[in-house]
Amino acid sequence: MIEFKLPSLGADMDQGKLVEWKVKPGDAVKRGQVVAVVDTSKAAVEVEIWQDGTMFEQLVPIGEAVPVGTVIATLLAPGETPEQAALQKRAAPAPRAASKPAAPAAAVPVAGETPAAATLAQRKPVSPAARKHARELNVDVEKIAGTGPHGAVTIEDVEKAAAAVHAAAAPAAADRYAEMRKAIAAAMSRSKREIPHYYLSETIPMQRAAEWLAGENAKRSVTERILMGALQLKAVALALAKTPELNGFWKNGAFEPATGVHIGVAISIRQGGLIPPAIHDVDKKSLPELMRALSDLVARVRAGSLRSSEMSDPTITVTNLGDTGVEAVFGVIYPPQVALVGFGRMETRPWSEDGKLFTAPLVTASLSADHRASNGIRGARFLAELRERLQHPEEL
Amino acid sequence: MNESEIRTRVVGVIKSVAPELEEGELKADRPLRDQIDLDSMDWLNVLVALHEKLHVDIPEADYGKLVTLNDLVGYLREKLAQRAT
Repeated sequence: MIEFKLPSLGADMDQGKLVEWKVKPGDAVKRGQVVAVVDTSKAAVEVEIWQDGTMFEQLVPIGEAVPVGTVIATLLAPGETPEQAALQKRAAPAPRAASKPAAPAAAVPVAGETPAAATLAQRKPVSPAARKHARELNVDVEKIAGTGPHGAVTIEDVEKAAAAVHAAAAPAAADRYAEMRKAIAAAMSRSKREIPHYYLSETIPMQRAAEWLAGENAKRSVTERILMGALQLKAVALALAKTPELNGFWKNGAFEPATGVHIGVAISIRQGGLIPPAIHDVDKKSLPELMRALSDLVARVRAGSLRSSEMSDPTITVTNLGDTGVEAVFGVIYPPQVALVGFGRMETRPWSEDGKLFTAPLVTASLSADHRASNGIRGARFLAELRERLQHPEEL
Repeated sequence: MNESEIRTRVVGVIKSVAPELEEGELKADRPLRDQIDLDSMDWLNVLVALHEKLHVDIPEADYGKLVTLNDLVGYLREKLAQRAT
């Protein structure tokens, strides 16, 4: 039996409300498939599963908020029968109760009772039609107060409950904004409390990158045009190869290097707020691929439709405030990441190279890094490498 | 397509990218980016949407000419007129 747990949805999100099951018990699921939609304070997130199997039991009803790490469903491993899974389940403690100490008392089986017995004891009269309808609407009949004879749950009760769940699942924009502010506040407070930040900045001449990009974009239709932001992301990803101690996580008192370069891109939401979902394997993507990934991500952030893997695994964050016109940004690291790279606006200014004075477009790149994981000299090395990479745009 | 039709299309596209924009709030002779929060990705999305609706491809070199709503409408009218002849 496979336990499917609610994955981490980013440093600033510790719980999610189940909005929808995308598969039914008995459905086969494939690694990478979206199986549920969970509402966080920031967005509705599509939760993927990372193992093949068959959906067995869905343990969390629609509309219920549960902490990250809660077992929300069990699946049959390939070849496993429901009988084997049921045996295993009886032998093990109730999965939800085990990982969710704060669960309401009613959901925790009484000591000595098997989970199955507890469920049986609480079973209420429900007509088969109402039970079937509840399954179709994805509501938990056991949680519905029945209005029929002997407290039986009627079809009407099921529909009312489904409507209530639906209303609860769509928080008003103002509520969502307030929740998002709270979540950002918690993550950023934790960051400033726990992470000893150090900050470095470097002015990078961008005339080569700007000229090269103008030449490339002149050849492209507007639908295939590349933004400077994509070049900057790629340059960051490649520069990290020489300073891997900036790409990863600080966990349990030690640095864990990441295996891939998944850059969290700080994307603002028009109504306010900020989400930093990841673009995966940025170092391995071509610029056109990266540009498509970036456009797609911005569009999905603004439409509020993200995947759990994008929320949970950025290995470093890049923030670009150049469009707002600031010269430089010194960001706050998203725990458990250990670095954040910032870009300010590109501006033409006096510049000298090889003893010649001329004007050139310049950008200030900055690094906020966790001093527990790296030292300033390594951070400086990273910024020097970033500058170098941006002088060879054709290699990006 | 006459000027007022082009203007309606352009305003529609800008509203699709910046839904918070109130009709009538936009001053046609003032820089767009002073009035609406448009980052470089939003601007690109405006151009891509105009490309889809009007089939006009605006080269990057012309971005500098397109500061106000009037600039954009005038530029598109000219391009569409060139194509018609």
